[in-house]
Amino acid sequence: MIHKSYDCLVVGAGPAGLNAAIEVAKYGGSVLVVDENDQAGGQLYKQIHKFFGSKEHYAGTRGFRIAQILLEEAKQYGVCIQLDTLCWGIDKNKKVALKHNHKTTFIEAKTIVIATGASEKSISFDGCNIPGVITAGAAQTMVNIHRVKPGTRALIVGSGNVGLIVGYQLMQAGIKVVGLVEVQEKITGYDVHKNKLLRAGVPIYLEHTVIKAIGETVEGAVLQDINQLLPPFRIDADMICLAVGLKPRIDLLEVLNVPLKQEHLFGGAVPIHSFEMEVTNGIFVAGDASGVEEASTALEEGRLAGFGVVSYLNLSENTYKAKQESIKRLDSIRSGTYEVRKIAKQNQINQTVRM
Amino acid sequence: MRITHHPILGTMEPKQELSIFVNGIKVNTYSGETIAAAMHASGIRITGTHPKHRKGIFCGIGQCTDCAMVVNDIPNVRVCVTNVEEGMIVESQHFLQKDLHQHDS
Repeated sequence: MIHKSYDCLVVGAGPAGLNAAIEVAKYGGSVLVVDENDQAGGQLYKQIHKFFGSKEHYAGTRGFRIAQILLEEAKQYGVCIQLDTLCWGIDKNKKVALKHNHKTTFIEAKTIVIATGASEKSISFDGCNIPGVITAGAAQTMVNIHRVKPGTRALIVGSGNVGLIVGYQLMQAGIKVVGLVEVQEKITGYDVHKNKLLRAGVPIYLEHTVIKAIGETVEGAVLQDINQLLPPFRIDADMICLAVGLKPRIDLLEVLNVPLKQEHLFGGAVPIHSFEMEVTNGIFVAGDASGVEEASTALEEGRLAGFGVVSYLNLSENTYKAKQESIKRLDSIRSGTYEVRKIAKQNQINQTVRM
Repeated sequence: MRITHHPILGTMEPKQELSIFVNGIKVNTYSGETIAAAMHASGIRITGTHPKHRKGIFCGIGQCTDCAMVVNDIPNVRVCVTNVEEGMIVESQHFLQKDLHQHDS
């Protein structure tokens, strides 16, 4: 049952939202998490591969299992999770519109955490809207959740981690991956995922793009090298899987008219926020909605937003150390090859958001 | 087109069987699955028509509305996020009614 008011409303039950909810509830705050899907866990629920990284981010555990761990922990601390519920409006006074079963209810929250994640980008080509052209997320949902093959021969477009992981998961589901197309000169995802496809002998088309999908429903794709030195050629495939990036879902933040910034490293327009992930008085952001990165950053940003809520509500004064550790872990994820992300994030942070 | 055995997810557990009708064709399905999954399991990929092309599943999570169909006489139902019910009547939705006779085959 939904009450009329909460200490904290979290929009989105993915890794960021759940972790934020857990921290707030741990310090005694009443928390409601809403999610438009009928299953909690966000995209974790569809991930059947083992994650890597550090112990704090569940390295070695499969994605759907991480979702179960977070859910168990959230329930243990008394977090209320309301699924099938769409948050379609918020205002600066933190009044919230929630739709469930075609009916809208309005509630009030002292703080809000926006953890709405990201949505998939698309590219345009002749025939890009015929049946059989699907997003990587849709293909993953079909094979891992519904256990139905959306096709038998798949062409993957985009070699980021999503394209590589989904490509491998399609193979695990018994679908032949007939090629991987990447417009850049090298594969952009992690080597560990790349090697799984290379070992399986998947043809890689670098500096190529799809210019046409053939058929009433997809029967093939026409590829061309981006320098147009060679004639276009056809590949037989009955599905074209688009893994061409993600952009933060900031619709609710746009309604609030908070300052945004364009940052291509994070997928597009991202909100300016404080170290504690606050975008404006008592409203926080976490996870891909604050800039598309990974599950590990989402988990950590969720925790950080949770600490932010705890400080805002004066539930505890002892979060300083935990907060610093959280920031340190985020910095370590954004290091080495990903140093550029650390710099981009620094430019996105502004401590004066509350004014 | 079902994945009954999966190296990580294991063998599919038995579920209650249901049937729905997609454009008059009986489709066998399982309780708890979406209309879109049931259609794909039976090899039906077209959800409707647009004046220039056919439409199908695109995002699979209820965001893009490309999969909108008429379900039990209710139009604009996103079949990728709507679960099957026994005896459901699912029909293709046509972008323009006047195109119906041209595209419906």
